[in-house]
Amino acid sequence: MYMLKRTLANSIKYAALLLGAFVALLPIVVILFASLKTKAEYSATSPLTPPVNWLNWANYAKAFVNGNMLTGFVNTAFILIISIIGATLTGSMIAYILNRFKFKGKSLMLGAFLLATLIPGVTTQVSTFQIINKLELFNTPWAAILLYLGTDIIAVYIFLQFLDSIAVALDESAMLDGASYLTIYWRIILPLLKPAIVTVIIIKGVNIYNDFYTPFLYMPKTSLQVISTALFKFKGPYGSQWEVISAGIIIAIIPTLIAFLSLQKYIYNGFAQGSVK
Amino acid sequence: MFKFSNLSYSKQRMAIIAAFSFIPLALLVTFAYLPVINMFKYSFSDWNGYSKRLEYVGFENYTKIFTDPEYFSVFKVSLYYFVATFVQMGLALYFATILSFQTWFKNVFKGILFFPSLMNGVAIGFIFLFFFKPDGTLDTLLQALGLGSYIKLWLGNPEIINISLAGTSIWRYMGFNFIVFLGAISSISSDLYEASDMDGANRWHQFRYIILPSIKRILQLNLILAISGAISAFDIPYIMTGGSNGSKTFVIQTIDVAFKYSKVGLASAMAVILLLIVIVVTLLQRLLIRGEED
Repeated sequence: MYMLKRTLANSIKYAALLLGAFVALLPIVVILFASLKTKAEYSATSPLTPPVNWLNWANYAKAFVNGNMLTGFVNTAFILIISIIGATLTGSMIAYILNRFKFKGKSLMLGAFLLATLIPGVTTQVSTFQIINKLELFNTPWAAILLYLGTDIIAVYIFLQFLDSIAVALDESAMLDGASYLTIYWRIILPLLKPAIVTVIIIKGVNIYNDFYTPFLYMPKTSLQVISTALFKFKGPYGSQWEVISAGIIIAIIPTLIAFLSLQKYIYNGFAQGSVK
Repeated sequence: MFKFSNLSYSKQRMAIIAAFSFIPLALLVTFAYLPVINMFKYSFSDWNGYSKRLEYVGFENYTKIFTDPEYFSVFKVSLYYFVATFVQMGLALYFATILSFQTWFKNVFKGILFFPSLMNGVAIGFIFLFFFKPDGTLDTLLQALGLGSYIKLWLGNPEIINISLAGTSIWRYMGFNFIVFLGAISSISSDLYEASDMDGANRWHQFRYIILPSIKRILQLNLILAISGAISAFDIPYIMTGGSNGSKTFVIQTIDVAFKYSKVGLASAMAVILLLIVIVVTLLQRLLIRGEED
C-alpha cells in the first residue's frame, strides 16, 4: 500500500515535470523548426513539423545580414562591457567607504541609496528623458550606459552585504604594513569581492542584454541599435516572413544559451542572491 | 614627488571618501532623484515636452486621470497580471518543492524551467506572437489533440487577449520565482527532513510544516511585489500588441501619452500615481517583514 502510494506520487511528480518542460520548450522548439525551413516548406507544413533539412542556414544568413544583427551585437557588447565595469567600480567604491568608514553624512548617504530602491525606473522615464535630452545624450550609447550605471542600486547592495563578511582585521593588518586606503581597496577588497562581482556581472549582464525599453526610447538611430531593438525591427519588413524572424529570434537567444550553459552554477546563485534585497 | 600613501591616514580618509562617493552620488542624484522632483513639477503643468514655457494647471491632470474612463480603465488590465502572478507563484512553489527532493534529471529540469526567465524580452514577444497567431503553435497543438473547437483569436479577441498576454508573462517569469524558492528551500537543514521522516511524516506534511514556514518571508515579499509588478507590466504587451484590442497597460498608456501625444504634464501625473502605488506597496512589504523579525 505504501509502495503503491509512493509510486503514484512519483508518477504525478514526473508527469508534472515533463509537462512543465514541454510547456517551457515547445514555444522555442517550434521557432527553431521554422527557422530551418524554406519559404515554400514553411507555408506548406504545420508549425509542429520538423524541418526537412536541418542544415538550411539561408534564413540565418538573411536575418543576420539584412537585420543588421552584427551592429546589434557590437553595440550591445560595447554598452554591456562599459556598464558592467562602471557598475563594478562605482558600486564597490561607494560600498567600500560606506561599509568601512564612519563620517558625517554617512547615514544620509546610505538612506539616499536605500530610498532610491523604492523608485522604479519605469515610472520616471518621462522626466528622465528630459534630463538625457538636456545633457545632449539622446541618440548616443552614453544615454544607455549612464542610465544603467545611475539606476544600479542593486549592485551597491550586493557589495554592501558582501563587505560585511570580509573581516576588517585584513584592512588593519595591511595598514600596519603601511598600505594606503587606495591600495587596500584595490589589492584587498576588490579581489575578495570576486564572488559578489560575478553576481553583479550576471544580473547586470542579463538585464542589459534583454533590456528593450532603454535603447528603444533613448537610441532610436539605426546605427545604435542593440540586439533587442534590432530584433524588434523585424516586425515591419519581415512581418509575414516568419522563417526569417524565427532565425533572428534564435540568433538573439544563442548567446544567452551559451552563457547559461557555461555559467549555470553562478547564475543560479546570482539570481537567488540578487533577489533578496 | 606626491604619493597618495605618504598622506596621513586621516587625510587619506577624507580624500578617499570624497573621491569614491562623487561619481555614485552624482549619478544617484541625476538619475534617481532629479527625475522624481521634475516629474512632480511637470505633473501640475500642461507641458508638452518641448515648448519653452510651461503653464501650471493645479490638479487638473490628476482629476482627468481619475474621472476619464479612457485613463482609468487600464487598471482593469492590471488585474489580469495580478491574478497571473498567483498562478505563477503556485507553479514555481510546486516545482521548487518537488525538485528539492531526489529526482532523476534534476539539473536538466531545473535548467529547462529556469531558462525562459533569462531570455530576451523581444524574442519572447515574437515567440508568443507565433504561438498565438491563427494556425500558429497553439492552434495546431489543439487541432492535433482533437480540441480544434476551442480555437479562438487569442490576440484578436478583447475578451481573451489579456489572458493570453498574462499567460505569456507566467511563462516568462515563473522560472525566476522558481529559482528563488529553490534557493530558499535548499537552505533548510536536511536534519529536519530526516527527523520528520522518522516521525512518519509524508511529503505533504514536510511541505506544510517545514518548507512553507521556512520560506514564508520570501513568499510574502513576492506576493506583495506582485501588485507593483502587475501595474508596471510593459514589455510583453507592448512588443506583442502595442496595446491594441484592449491590452493597454498603465505604463503603455503613460508612454503613449508622453511620447506619442506629447502630453508630458498628463503623463507625469500618471507616472506619479504609479510611483505612489509602488512606494505604498513596497513600504507595506518592508513593514510586514520588519514586524516578522521583531
